Amino acid sequence: MSLRIVVAVKYVPDATGDRHFAEDLTTDRDAVDGLLSELDEYAVEQALQIAEAADDAEVTAVTVGPEDARGAVLKALQMGVAKGVHVEDDALHGTDVIGTSLVLAKAIEHIGYDLVVTGMASTDGTMGVLPALLAERLGVPGVTLLSEVAVADGKVTGRRDGDVASEQLEASLPALVSVTDQSGEARYPSFKGIMAAKKKPLESLDLSDLGIDPAEVGLAGAWTAVDDATARPPRTAGTIVKDEGEGGKQLAEFLASQKFI
Amino acid sequence: MAEVLVYVDHVDGAVRKPTLELLTLARRIGEPVAVHLGPGADTAAAVLAEHGAVKVLTADAPEFADYLVVPKVDALEAAAKAVSPAAVLVPSSAEGKEIAARLALRLGSGVITDAVDLTAGDSGPVATQSAFAAAFTTKSRVSKGTPVITVKPNSAPVEPAPAAGTVEQLAVTFGPLATGTKVVQRTERKASGRPELTEAAIVVSGGRGVNGAENFSVIEQLADSLGAAVGASRAAVDAGWYPHSNQVGQTGKSVSPQLYIANGISGAIQHRAGMQTSKTIVAVNKDAEAPIFDLVDFGVVGDLFQVVPQLTEEVKARKG
Ligand SMILES: Cc1cc2nc3c(=O)[nH]c(=O)nc-3n(C[C@H](O)[C@H](O)[C@H](O)COP(=O)(O)OP(=O)(O)OC[C@H]3O[C@@H](n4cnc5c(N)ncnc54)[C@H](O)[C@@H]3O)c2cc1C
Ligand SMILES: Cc1cc2nc3c(=O)[nH]c(=O)nc-3n(C[C@H](O)[C@H](O)[C@H](O)COP(=O)(O)OP(=O)(O)OC[C@H]3O[C@@H](n4cnc5c(N)ncnc54)[C@H](O)[C@@H]3O)c2cc1C
Repeated sequence: MSLRIVVAVKYVPDATGDRHFAEDLTTDRDAVDGLLSELDEYAVEQALQIAEAADDAEVTAVTVGPEDARGAVLKALQMGVAKGVHVEDDALHGTDVIGTSLVLAKAIEHIGYDLVVTGMASTDGTMGVLPALLAERLGVPGVTLLSEVAVADGKVTGRRDGDVASEQLEASLPALVSVTDQSGEARYPSFKGIMAAKKKPLESLDLSDLGIDPAEVGLAGAWTAVDDATARPPRTAGTIVKDEGEGGKQLAEFLASQKFI
Repeated sequence: MAEVLVYVDHVDGAVRKPTLELLTLARRIGEPVAVHLGPGADTAAAVLAEHGAVKVLTADAPEFADYLVVPKVDALEAAAKAVSPAAVLVPSSAEGKEIAARLALRLGSGVITDAVDLTAGDSGPVATQSAFAAAFTTKSRVSKGTPVITVKPNSAPVEPAPAAGTVEQLAVTFGPLATGTKVVQRTERKASGRPELTEAAIVVSGGRGVNGAENFSVIEQLADSLGAAVGASRAAVDAGWYPHSNQVGQTGKSVSPQLYIANGISGAIQHRAGMQTSKTIVAVNKDAEAPIFDLVDFGVVGDLFQVVPQLTEEVKARKG
């Protein structure tokens, strides 16, 4: 029996670039180069490891986003994923997380799955809620924020390191898991992987392929509205001193002047 | 006045500070109704009433502890149906965000996460968020359904505001998804005796510059002299010098204390994402070019092993 794994990957503006909002208060994707969200590399890695540990498994990467978001799927293919799916539609511009979860859920159902793997959060929106929304929409157990994950005998098990406790979790397939950056370093695409990726299938879908009414997505269909986005005023230059033996005392003086001591 | 549901984060009835902050915010937009799930409702109810809860809805069942997230969503959904609130507020913990998102979907409502402030607006509550590692401040609102909003710790003061706090049982029916993810084992984290990282008024952090697990005592001693929590950069955590639960940054905790002291931390964007909204920022770093100095109110260019112990002595002396 083949294990069908779908990994959700997001294409995001590079966090080390100068990220901005566009005039309509959506992410300005032209200002900064994009890449596969680094936190989704961990998801791809765990998806591949789970597949490698199974007798017979196939991993498909899926992304929702504009034309260049293909780049996220391509990177996943280079890392070793077998197939890619890119959902692209002009009507998607400005979709909020609820709408994104709808599109992803439909795409994942279209692909067919036993296990969905996601990152813990994107590096741009950083909401960290999409995995929970996907599990809710798909009607499958959500086994989220795992620092360790394994699949065997139709069950997924994993460890979730929370605030107050570390938990060992278990659910039956089909299920969704999200993995953290503690789950293990992601592999680099090899030269062979990069060459092989060019020949792997990368399917393009639009909203009509998924039977989604465009009114349910996009800026107009969003259930949240951003009314204002203001760049944080640059911090006024602070005082910087060089330690010449009294640095700790000078710092204490500053803390006292601010009433911290 | 419209009722506002507040999800209570607690440990066996000991209400955590972010929930009390939510009660302050809830009062700006309506009358707070607290939802307490699991054991300890009696202890919690008194505290919640002191801070403005007009009503406390409670439910206890083994499902809340034995299964992940969904049983709590079932309960909040029942509460939302019983009350028809003007908004639902949930603390921005990892679990809180999952609860909020699923609840929003079930209520047919938009969701906003990680708000740092909340005010009443003409068309519902207006949430302030910081975006792109706190380089931007946005104002958002939920435009469809009952606004479900998660709020970061330290976003509002804790204010006493005595109210009735009438305790009512909430009837909850668990759906088929509630028992989907079983908690097979739970290992409680050892308490450090220091303040909770996300709630602390002062955070003292160490990075790669601390150069070894044993050297973290230098950071801990400064923290203890100030009554502060201890944080760490991912470099220090990845090296195994300090637990991951103390990591500050994008994939660690996001902190917003009155005072943040970064020691031997360069100030990478992912670290800044978790501390840039601190009110006052101080850094000790031997590299004058370290990006952390762009953020500081006061910085010392120097060796942390010279500067930090001297600072600790000075703090102790001044505090007497
Ligand atoms: C600065 C900023 C603020 C925003 N604020 C809000 C808001 O308050 N409310 C709101 O509803 N929306 C908001 N959005 C939009 C929201 O981020 C997007 O709808 C997004 O696709 C889903 O949320 P996220 O990126 O935070 O995902 P997360 O929930 O952080 O992502 C978790 C995982 O889901 C998967 N995933 C996420 N997006 C995709 C995708 N497009 N394709 C494939 N896999 C994906 C990945 O595996 C990822 O690791 C905001 C966006 C930005 C850039
Ligand atoms: C997806 C992703 C998520 C990430 N999430 C996080 C996160 O949550 N938190 C986080 O912190 N990082 C995170 N990172 C890592 C981040 O990019 C940096 O690598 C990390 O923050 C560096 O830690 P550091 O500042 O301690 O180390 P370094 O960058 O190596 O800096 C060490 C500093 O210590 C100084 N120093 C050395 N010795 C001394 C001394 N004796 N006295 C004084 N100063 C000294 C040096 O001058 C230097 O500036 C993430 C990265 C990625 C890709």
